[in-house]
Amino acid sequence: MTASSDNLDHARAPAAPLHKTRPFYWSVRRELWENRSLYLAPAAVAALALLGLLLSTIGMAHRRLDTLQLPLAKQIALIAQPYDFAHGSVALTGFIVAAVYCLGALNTERRDRSVLFWKSLPVSDLTTVLAKVFMPMAVLPVISSAIIIALQLIMYVWSSVVLAAHGVATPTLAQLPIGELMVVVVYSLVVTTLWYAPLYAWMIMVSGWARRVPFLWAVLPPAALCLVEKLAFNTTYLVKLVGARFVGVYGHAFVNQPPLLPGQSRAPLVGLAQLDPAGFVATPGLWIGLAFAAVFVAVSVWLRRRREAL
Amino acid sequence: MACIDARGLRKAYKNKVALEGIDLKVEEGRILGLIGPNGAGKSTALNAILGLTSFEGQLTVLGRDPWTERDALMADVCFVADVAVLPRWMKVSQALDYVGGVHPRFDRAKAEAFLAKTTIKRESRVRELSKGMVAQLHLALIMAIDARLLVLDEPTLGLDLLYRKEFYDTLLNDYFDKTRTIIVTTHQVEEIQHILTDLAFIDDGKIVLESSMEDFEARYAEVMVLPEQAAAAQALKPIYERQVFGRTIFLFDNVDRAQLAALGEVRTPSIADLFVAVIGARQTRNGQSRGHRSAA
Repeated sequence: MTASSDNLDHARAPAAPLHKTRPFYWSVRRELWENRSLYLAPAAVAALALLGLLLSTIGMAHRRLDTLQLPLAKQIALIAQPYDFAHGSVALTGFIVAAVYCLGALNTERRDRSVLFWKSLPVSDLTTVLAKVFMPMAVLPVISSAIIIALQLIMYVWSSVVLAAHGVATPTLAQLPIGELMVVVVYSLVVTTLWYAPLYAWMIMVSGWARRVPFLWAVLPPAALCLVEKLAFNTTYLVKLVGARFVGVYGHAFVNQPPLLPGQSRAPLVGLAQLDPAGFVATPGLWIGLAFAAVFVAVSVWLRRRREAL
Repeated sequence: MACIDARGLRKAYKNKVALEGIDLKVEEGRILGLIGPNGAGKSTALNAILGLTSFEGQLTVLGRDPWTERDALMADVCFVADVAVLPRWMKVSQALDYVGGVHPRFDRAKAEAFLAKTTIKRESRVRELSKGMVAQLHLALIMAIDARLLVLDEPTLGLDLLYRKEFYDTLLNDYFDKTRTIIVTTHQVEEIQHILTDLAFIDDGKIVLESSMEDFEARYAEVMVLPEQAAAAQALKPIYERQVFGRTIFLFDNVDRAQLAALGEVRTPSIADLFVAVIGARQTRNGQSRGHRSAA
């Protein structure tokens, strides 16, 4: 007999009791461990904004005195502008980080073969993919809103202190409705995230499908289709459709807002009166987008199951 | 119930057949070595058993269909591919947290006790660990899971001799017992010969030899023969012969030991020698087929 026979003789210890597991919760934790840029990048931009705030302290009281000479509508626009800008830059950073995250979601684990480790554990492909979808759809908006609100509060308190120290009146709620501002932040992140759902899901699906360069696979085929449409029919429906998906949300979710295009000036979003939740929910594009997102997620689960390590 | 029961297990890719309908039954409490050349279908077979790939034919692992019930199956199955699969960004403490959070049979105290014997720090990331330490970490995670089936696919690839030896020793002494089943594939056959209870050779997507180690020892014999007795040895139809220091070592299949003892000292051959005899002979026979295979 072989040397191993001795080891066969000892009796088995009683099986370890099963303990409760939370696969979804831990899958989300694991995504946050791996993708720290999801919160570090928006936080870094917020830190930059704070630096700007600090610099703006110089001459703030003077500028405010000038502003207060203008009609109220102008005042609101000028006073609220930095808050709107802080909101926009952190949110935009969040969307860029989300896109990068989605394009790697089902790709990097196959490239570094760690998928073999993840799949050796009792976590279903559905749980894994839903946790990955959960990141841009839920975790990131919460992170972004928290950072933006904290940033705006610091801006508000700081500028009030500076102005008060110079004997200048701090903004009234009519000039800067700080409470409403926070509702606007949360609302706009919710509507944008819902509007972008098919984009996120598309990128996650492509990352599960492509062997290499998921970015190109996500971008080039739709671009090629747009080109074909233009050449074949001399129409631009697809371009408009894709464009509306990127920038159209403001037109649907807010009152009298032009689509968000470069160079187009718009009034800062500060008050509840500017929100149009009923109009947004009644937008067919929202529901069509969510339906597409559901299909892309379903395909992603299928791909997670079938695709092997690269 | 057999731990693994495969009947006509077949897997074809677009341009090649990886498994040509294998039958394999592994009872609980066995340690099976699945040995084969590169591209023979070992990894495909293991992937099918682990629910990582679809297949044709019948396959049940612990009574489940691995392809449709992978996540449930993984509560009872552990899997170590080569050491490169632990995510490089992960901290040791995170690995413990995560496996404890998703695996119902993970005993964190056991893993901690095993890690305490190593120099691995909880705050280190996997990418900061040496290959040997990554293997130790993976082993610590696996050993703390009370699994019924452990699948090892080249688990010691790229490790130095000390770690390799420690890996198998720890596995045998601290982990294995009669109710667990282990399947291991490796090219370092000599390292696992003494721990196996069963042996299977796989070549060209087929099982070409399947034997318990008891049968293996009873059936195959090796004799070192002086030149003057070589003709007598040849007459007993050895399946393989090789020259060492002017003598010839003959490998016999099912030849009476008393007859062989007359020729010289009779020993149990190594799995490696039998592998060369069986697989080498097959490949010389269909020499052209090997060129068409790509790595599995």
